[in-house]
Amino acid sequence: MAGATDGSTVDAGEVARFSALAEEWWDPRGKMAVLHKFNPVRLAYIRDALCRHFTRDAKRIDSLSGLRILDIGCGGGILSEPLARLGARVVGADPAAPNIAAAAIHAGEADVAVDYRVTTAEALADLGERFDVVLAMEVVEHVADLALFVRRCAQMVDPGGLMIVATLNRTIKSFALAIVGAEYILRWLPRGTHQWDKFVTPNELEIALARNAMRVVDTTGVVYNPLADCWQPATDIDVNYMVVARHAQ
Amino acid sequence: MAASRTCDLLIAGGGFAGLALAIALRQGLGAGFDVVVADPGFSRPAGGDIRASAIAAAARRLLEATGVWPRVAEGAQPILDMVVTDSRLPDAVRPVFLNFGGDVAPGEPFAHMVENQGLTQALLAQARENGVVLAATAVVDFNLGGARLTARCADATSFAARLLVGADGARSRLREMAGIESFGWDYGQSAIVTIVGHERDHLGRAEEHFLPAGPFATLPLMGRRSAIVWTEETREAERIMALAQDAFAVELERRFGRQLGDLSVDGPRRVHGLGFSVARHFVADRLALVGDAAHMIHPIAGQGLNMGLRDIAALAEAIADAARLGLDCGGADVLDRYQRWRRFDTMAMGVATDSLNRLFSNRSDVLRLVRDIGLGVVDRLPGLKQLFMREAAGLTGAAPKLLRGEAL
Repeated sequence: MAGATDGSTVDAGEVARFSALAEEWWDPRGKMAVLHKFNPVRLAYIRDALCRHFTRDAKRIDSLSGLRILDIGCGGGILSEPLARLGARVVGADPAAPNIAAAAIHAGEADVAVDYRVTTAEALADLGERFDVVLAMEVVEHVADLALFVRRCAQMVDPGGLMIVATLNRTIKSFALAIVGAEYILRWLPRGTHQWDKFVTPNELEIALARNAMRVVDTTGVVYNPLADCWQPATDIDVNYMVVARHAQ
Repeated sequence: MAASRTCDLLIAGGGFAGLALAIALRQGLGAGFDVVVADPGFSRPAGGDIRASAIAAAARRLLEATGVWPRVAEGAQPILDMVVTDSRLPDAVRPVFLNFGGDVAPGEPFAHMVENQGLTQALLAQARENGVVLAATAVVDFNLGGARLTARCADATSFAARLLVGADGARSRLREMAGIESFGWDYGQSAIVTIVGHERDHLGRAEEHFLPAGPFATLPLMGRRSAIVWTEETREAERIMALAQDAFAVELERRFGRQLGDLSVDGPRRVHGLGFSVARHFVADRLALVGDAAHMIHPIAGQGLNMGLRDIAALAEAIADAARLGLDCGGADVLDRYQRWRRFDTMAMGVATDSLNRLFSNRSDVLRLVRDIGLGVVDRLPGLKQLFMREAAGLTGAAPKLLRGEAL
């Protein structure tokens, strides 16, 4: 059982499942292959949103330099590390200690500086941490209390900052593709990775964000293109989708 | 041993492909992206390479986009017209079966002839201007270790790079060290290359005569000169190479003809064995092969250099896209993307040039009739001819940005 699960929004069962995967995070052909395939499209979405908002040049290899970013549920760091390489000062937070251990080992080998911490969104919020950008990528469908989680995240976004959320919509199609397809037929993900009833509709997410002065400024779907074997942005938000919300001040 | 110098990209081989890749990435990714090119030839004085190369339109766009083209443009001879004939040596008249002319786009000829020495100098100057590190040494071995590959050089220096690129030619040492086999065959043919002067202007016309022993091509250069690529069966090529200047000139004139007046045949000559070979893989862990190290095709359609530049356009784009996302530029995704992008095109071009050579390099009258009918048909169908021209210019398929003349 992982440490630092001091209550509220972390579902203990979920943490245990991902801890077992920690060692395999960085194998692009291993169990996390689907996340590695997904990584470029979400990285590009984050980079482009940040470059637009903070007026940066997305073609530079230090396009995010100096931005303070919190990556909640960073897992093995496959998102934190590239963002740090682009120059951002990244805090990677995960409640599962094995994830953080794996992430820190990899960052050391890759010679990238990331501030990895075994902690939770609410613990960081309690410490009064503030960021230019808070990321909750593929996390909200695993939390126990969506409203509380969004509120604690939003508290950490600096005025004028952004929060970016990626998750799975709760539709018939997402049940067919993300649960039956990805976990049972294609075996992309271990069975039990996701619970469909915890998926979040864009509307529910938008309301939760709005209650915390976060206004959604962009939404995109992400679909799998089987011919090119890659994920692509799309207007279809029935299964995977991402939103950018801006602190209203 | 001294500590390794770290860099993002180490390129073994300072030929056209290696230098163009280095330039494109420095320009696209800026000074924060360290690129080293290692080639023992950097310490040797320029000269020696008497060859000239046909730069197809797509390759020229890449050179334009990287600022190299203006450095060679003055000495570049546009190919305004290209004639293909199918004949036997004693034939008094060589009927013209195919006549390609015109531009791929308004004001853009489908190819230019550029002398290799001038192009090398232009690439070196551009590379220096863009801060590419030029190391006059050879990579002698390498080993993998986590996020980097460590390459040891002949001068006892070493580099820890995210990606090693083998741009070290047909007999690539890197390909061998990586244990990547290549498959292919020897054509039993060799190409004699030289440059001749002639009395009258060629008017930008290239000619390719499909003689039974192999194609005899004349390619226009600036200043009433033409580059000759003269294919013979290897033993015959060796005999011709051994001839004294006068006898050599006689043999050459028999093939070149006198339509441009007197020839001056006194330049140096070289001979190159011809083969077809393709590496079984273009990539391995933290290693990519480009240009002749990845594939050698028959020079019948003048596509070798252009294929190399197509490789580097694809690899540069895969690397730049990853680096701009903060992803590992030597990672498996980058290498897979490069290999997928280039492999089909390479095989298609390899098979096409091989078939062309097999179709033409023989004495069968039946095949001759078949190919003449074929060439005649192509000549009379403007659409098909246009397609061949665009293919020869490298403008078909999902082209990487650099080949479209766009910045990386």
